[in-house]
Amino acid sequence: MAESLALDLARIQFGFTISFHIIFPAITIGLASYLVVLEGLWLYTRRTLYRDLYHFWSKIFAVNFGMGVVSGLVMAYQFGTNWSFFSEFAGGVTGPLLAYEVLTAFFLEAGFLGVMLFGWNRVGPGLHFFSTVVVAVGTLISAFWILASNSWMQTPQGFQVIDGRVVPTDWLAVIFNPSFPYRLAHMTVAAFLATALFVGASAAWHLLRGRDQPAIRTMFSMAMWMMVAVAPLQALIGDLHGLNTLQHQPAKLAAMEGHWGGEPDRGQGLPLLLFGWPDMEAETTHWALGVPRLGSLIVTHSWDGTIPGLKDFPAEDRPNAAVVFWSFRVMVGLGLLMILLGALSVLQRWRGRLYHSPGLLRFALVMGPAGLVAILAGWYTTEIGRQPWVVYGLMRTSEAVSPHASGTLALSLGLFVVVYLFVFGAGVAYMLRLVRKGPVTDEGREQGDGGPGHQRHAMRPLSAVRETFDDDGRA
Amino acid sequence: MGIDLPLLWALIIGFGVMMYVLMDGFDLGIGILYPFIPDKHHRDVAMNTVAPVWDGNETWLVLGGAGLLAAFPLVYSVVLTALYIPLMLMLLGLIFRGIAFEFRFKARERERHIWDKAFIGGSFTATFFQGVVLGAYVSGLPVRDGAYTGAPLDWLAPFPLFTGAALVCAYALLGSTWLIMKTEGALQARMVALTRPLAWALLASIMVVSLWTPLRDPAIAARWFSFPNLLWFSPVPLLVAAGWVALLRALRRGRQVAPFVLTLFLMGLGYAGLAISGWPHILPPDIDLWQAAAPPQSLGFALVGALFIIPIILAYTAFAYYVFRGKVRPGDSGYHS
Ligand code: HDD
Ligand code: HEM
Ligand code: HEM
Repeated sequence: MAESLALDLARIQFGFTISFHIIFPAITIGLASYLVVLEGLWLYTRRTLYRDLYHFWSKIFAVNFGMGVVSGLVMAYQFGTNWSFFSEFAGGVTGPLLAYEVLTAFFLEAGFLGVMLFGWNRVGPGLHFFSTVVVAVGTLISAFWILASNSWMQTPQGFQVIDGRVVPTDWLAVIFNPSFPYRLAHMTVAAFLATALFVGASAAWHLLRGRDQPAIRTMFSMAMWMMVAVAPLQALIGDLHGLNTLQHQPAKLAAMEGHWGGEPDRGQGLPLLLFGWPDMEAETTHWALGVPRLGSLIVTHSWDGTIPGLKDFPAEDRPNAAVVFWSFRVMVGLGLLMILLGALSVLQRWRGRLYHSPGLLRFALVMGPAGLVAILAGWYTTEIGRQPWVVYGLMRTSEAVSPHASGTLALSLGLFVVVYLFVFGAGVAYMLRLVRKGPVTDEGREQGDGGPGHQRHAMRPLSAVRETFDDDGRA
Repeated sequence: MGIDLPLLWALIIGFGVMMYVLMDGFDLGIGILYPFIPDKHHRDVAMNTVAPVWDGNETWLVLGGAGLLAAFPLVYSVVLTALYIPLMLMLLGLIFRGIAFEFRFKARERERHIWDKAFIGGSFTATFFQGVVLGAYVSGLPVRDGAYTGAPLDWLAPFPLFTGAALVCAYALLGSTWLIMKTEGALQARMVALTRPLAWALLASIMVVSLWTPLRDPAIAARWFSFPNLLWFSPVPLLVAAGWVALLRALRRGRQVAPFVLTLFLMGLGYAGLAISGWPHILPPDIDLWQAAAPPQSLGFALVGALFIIPIILAYTAFAYYVFRGKVRPGDSGYHS
């Protein structure tokens, strides 16, 4: 009993810290690429609007990046502190992948971030642009390795178990495991979507307040184009991802569909449940409300195909279907709303009312956090759907957990909750404050400012670092 | 097998941890010194000297963790289990220290003191518990069948607490000599004044640790004081003495760069001394490198990357320091304007 409490606490702690962490990388990945585009456009067109936007978003990027780094630092140690037996068992695979992430991504990001944020007047434009590009590439490389590691835990291959631990035999098979390409594509696109929604909502907020400036229009327009192009793409990738899951983790897919299997289903294909409450005890989905045969069409791409149901798996091998069922629906529902947002933006653009339609602007504003919520929901589907395994089919989560007393874990979990809410709460508040100020015209034009000995007064009130929110600036 | 993979990995991780201690040492040190820098402009300057590089410095710690997981998963899981509490406190400290860089400059005037305190408290906590972890690790972690058998509070003992305090002094010294190099005027003078007592504290700490460890552990005594070894290792204490004298001289003569370089040198020697005591145990007192190593397939794969990429990392890190070379002055700053 005490043991299972410790296990639950370890899981909650891991879930809590990673859920906080992923929010920041998602925005980091998206904004880094957005900044590359903005700086590229500035260098190419020399329109100051792009430079203004670059400076505006790079400040927000800096705050976000800092939070990503410190929350990520915690993650790198959680494998050992919370899942020591997992680390001993699978460290031979996950360790080198994480090491490659540090070597090829984290150092790259950290090394060039300084130049990118502080070097505008210290290095030439070409070198500065190069630094921005390197940081963006670093974030993508980072996603590559960490998702390879996670995907291997979902669909392991390319290894043998010798003396009770995993020994990799084929690294290409380990990295390019079956679920990896889908997860990498789906997550990268998710980061772009989440960022575009954030940018779009920021612009919508200003437009709704009548701050109708070219820079803000540009922000809004770019974000809406992203919706049009990328939201449907995400649904397509997600669909393929699901087919892959059916093949490799059928119990997870059954939980996502709330599908128990058994006699009554035979021959009628699979309905697509829109609503329901999977009950793990009663082995059925209550209040199921669905569209007949649509499920078959989506998951098997045929009229009466069917899939294994949860009853086809021993009870101790089933994930908690109630959570997975609903988190999956939240993600897909939000994905569909994003597609709708893209479609509406096309309509209003065509009617010439893209920047003046209060309906569209309000919709874009409330969709601001939708990308992040969908990302969390997606990860909950994936990770809770993998249970009770930590490495699918190989090691159970209950065998992975470190031997800590539940008191220790409860204490550290409490500390994490308090500290995270305080620190990241403040950070998000600062980000939103920066957003509220909006881009500033002609920021960063001065030559030589910021060089040794130069005072920065000339450019008050909005000169970058000294971005204080009252009048003191630097006294 | 021609190459000794575990040995190479131990060297790489040792190198990574040393880079971490030296580089994050001076930016944590600045946080520890903040209480002695009351003036807001001086605080701005002190922080700006490290703002562009602190993230890279901290990444060496991530490399240490990831390297251990890759090359010595047993060590990673035992150390992180045994030292769970001090490590968690260290991480929480690093969170506060890390966010202070961004938040302090973005805060309203009346909120700034919160982030100043976060910076001080975070730096201090992170450093102290790093020292505790170091001390507890050097004292040895009992292991049976791949699992830690000690108690969760074993680290709460005199030696680890002493190394915690010693590391606070050491990082403060790195910070003060860094600021001597990077600043001028009143702030620099203040740092020169602080450096002298800190240098004494470092010397005292090194001496106490050098006596305490062999007294506690006969194997370490034998390592240092048995015959041929004595000759081999005697340069270490001699170099410490020489380096320390040179440091005080450099201070007296108002040298700008030398105090920092000499402090790095002293820290490096102290680190080497610990490595000599511990060798070849990667999990003192019983488990050596080869027993704890990951499968050769894992070591080999990661080694290719490490050997190829670390030189590149060093090159662009040097480039970043080059871009931000020179003294930092008030009003100088920071972000792209
Ligand atoms: C899809 C992307 C993604 C995912 C799933 C994760 N991370 Fe992350 N992580 C990043 C993408 C990222 C990033 C984009 O590279 C970050 C975010 C912000 C940043 O500063 O870099 C980062 C930062 C970051 C750092 C700090 C790096 C530094 O010092 O610069 C560490 C140690 C980790 N992460 C470790 C982890 C671990 C152990 C994870 C899994 C449990 C994890 N991350 C999930
Ligand atoms: C970044 C987004 C991620 C989110 C939001 C997320 C979420 C979660 C959640 C909620 C759990 C708890 C599941 C449960 O116990 O029921 C979990 C467990 C776990 N996840 Fe993830 N995860 C993410 C990424 C990753 C990555 C990238 C890895 C590995 C490289 C990973 C490795 C693990 C491990 C080791 C566990 C512990 C065992 C377990 O409880 O399942 N996760 N994650
Ligand atoms: C609109 C249709 C969508 C479909 C059909 C879909 C499908 C899926 C499926 C099947 C999984 C689980 C994969 C597995 O673990 O086996 C998944 C995971 C995930 N989804 Fe979606 N998704 C959609 C939209 C979105 C959107 C809009 C976002 C975020 C903006 C998103 C973010 C994620 C994330 C972060 C994961 C976890 C990582 C992964 O396993 O790839 N998804 N999605």
